[in-house]
Amino acid sequence: MLNYAQSGEILQNITEALGLAGALVLSGDPDLLEIVGLSLQVSLTATVLACLIGLPVGALVATARFRGRGAVLVVMNALMGLPPVVVGLVVYLYLSRSGPLGFLGLLYTPTAMIIAQTILITPIVAALSRQVLEELHVEYAEQFRSLCLTRVQRVQALLWDGRYGLLTVGLAGFGRAVAEVGAVIIVGGNIDHLTRVMTTAIALETSKGDLSLALALGIVLLVVALGVNAAVQSVRMTAARHAYV
Amino acid sequence: MLMSDATGLMAVPLPRSTEARDLLPLTVRDVTLRFGDVTVLDAVTLDLGPSGCTVVIGPNGAGKSLLLKLLHGLMLPTSGRIDWAGRTPQQATAQQALVFQKPVLLRRSVAENIDFVLKARGLDRRRTPDLLAHVGLSHKSAQPARLLSGGEAQRLALARALATDPQVLFLDEPTASLDPASVLAIEAIVSEARARGMRIILVTHDMGQARRMADDVVFVHRGRVAEQGPAPAFFDGPQTQAARNHLNGIIAV
Repeated sequence: MLNYAQSGEILQNITEALGLAGALVLSGDPDLLEIVGLSLQVSLTATVLACLIGLPVGALVATARFRGRGAVLVVMNALMGLPPVVVGLVVYLYLSRSGPLGFLGLLYTPTAMIIAQTILITPIVAALSRQVLEELHVEYAEQFRSLCLTRVQRVQALLWDGRYGLLTVGLAGFGRAVAEVGAVIIVGGNIDHLTRVMTTAIALETSKGDLSLALALGIVLLVVALGVNAAVQSVRMTAARHAYV
Repeated sequence: MLMSDATGLMAVPLPRSTEARDLLPLTVRDVTLRFGDVTVLDAVTLDLGPSGCTVVIGPNGAGKSLLLKLLHGLMLPTSGRIDWAGRTPQQATAQQALVFQKPVLLRRSVAENIDFVLKARGLDRRRTPDLLAHVGLSHKSAQPARLLSGGEAQRLALARALATDPQVLFLDEPTASLDPASVLAIEAIVSEARARGMRIILVTHDMGQARRMADDVVFVHRGRVAEQGPAPAFFDGPQTQAARNHLNGIIAV
């Protein structure tokens, strides 16, 4: 249980952090901008790649009926809970100098972080998009069969018509990626000016005991996540007004 | 040339297709459909000629919509044979179109709903404006399809069905819960399609519509074809008690 002294200390830390976060943002601190920029670059690239892989997979599973489909769904859903450190470790083993992909020299680069995050969030995108598209497919299935559409045409139509619902799926993937620390710290190494992102910087400042700076970075991370969510939500609301959702 | 009618609909007639019409006649022999122990269609036997409008009527749950889906190849019968002049229903689906009671419209604009079908079937996409004009929806071209009224949505579904110039057009209660003007608008479009040689198979509960549209009638009762014949003969003197009850609005117990 917290005593008054501890509560006061936390309150003081939060107040300091808010002030520091505001000062960092308003001053346009170059280090902060670099970290925020790299975080967005890595997580947005991973989200785009995960969508390119996960959406077609989700659409195919949503439209297909085959033996073992139930097992595939269980695996897809289970993979949503992939532990980041395990993903980081596996990617590390592949990319390390003695690993099968070591010759690429990607370990401790933003590319390695993108690979790890892509692996982490592709199952999320695939499983959630399967859910969204399957509901749409139930509505469209008979009409599609009546029109004699090919599987590719059906998948394309579902992905296009479900695009606003899928924005939320992409958002869930991005949220997971940008908040993730376990995988990127293993394969990125948290190297200053090279692979340091917001989450790894927060972890570092916490371990150094600079809680105010760690909290300030956390606040900036929250604001960034909030901004992306708000942008997507406004697109969805516009689409809903036009009955495209 | 514009065609105006009592509905106020300004419909542009579509050009008559030059393609061979080789799906008819239709022969249905002893078609049965079961779901588990429940028999929903029982030894249905039918013969449909090459032209005109066949109206399928019968009480709710008689199996009319399922019969349409079987004929269109969307379902497989448990037993029996459906023959479209030597083709199975699945082989004939591409030359047919089905308009559902509740139109399934894509989450796109009105024009894009037509465009999608033309593109998917490799047809000339420049026909979209003509098809929209044909059903009186030119002025709604850019509007989201799902914001159309019930009657407009059904007209768009009809335009989309007509886009593929099908030999056979199935209509499953296309005017259910529409206002009288919308009903007449739909009927005008369907009549025009029939006049162009399209074979129409229409399911309806609207006996006025059945009398206006039917060349012949199929009366389905409890999963069986209880009567089939020319419309005037059926409406003037139904042969079965079930059909007489149905026409008189008596619910069979």
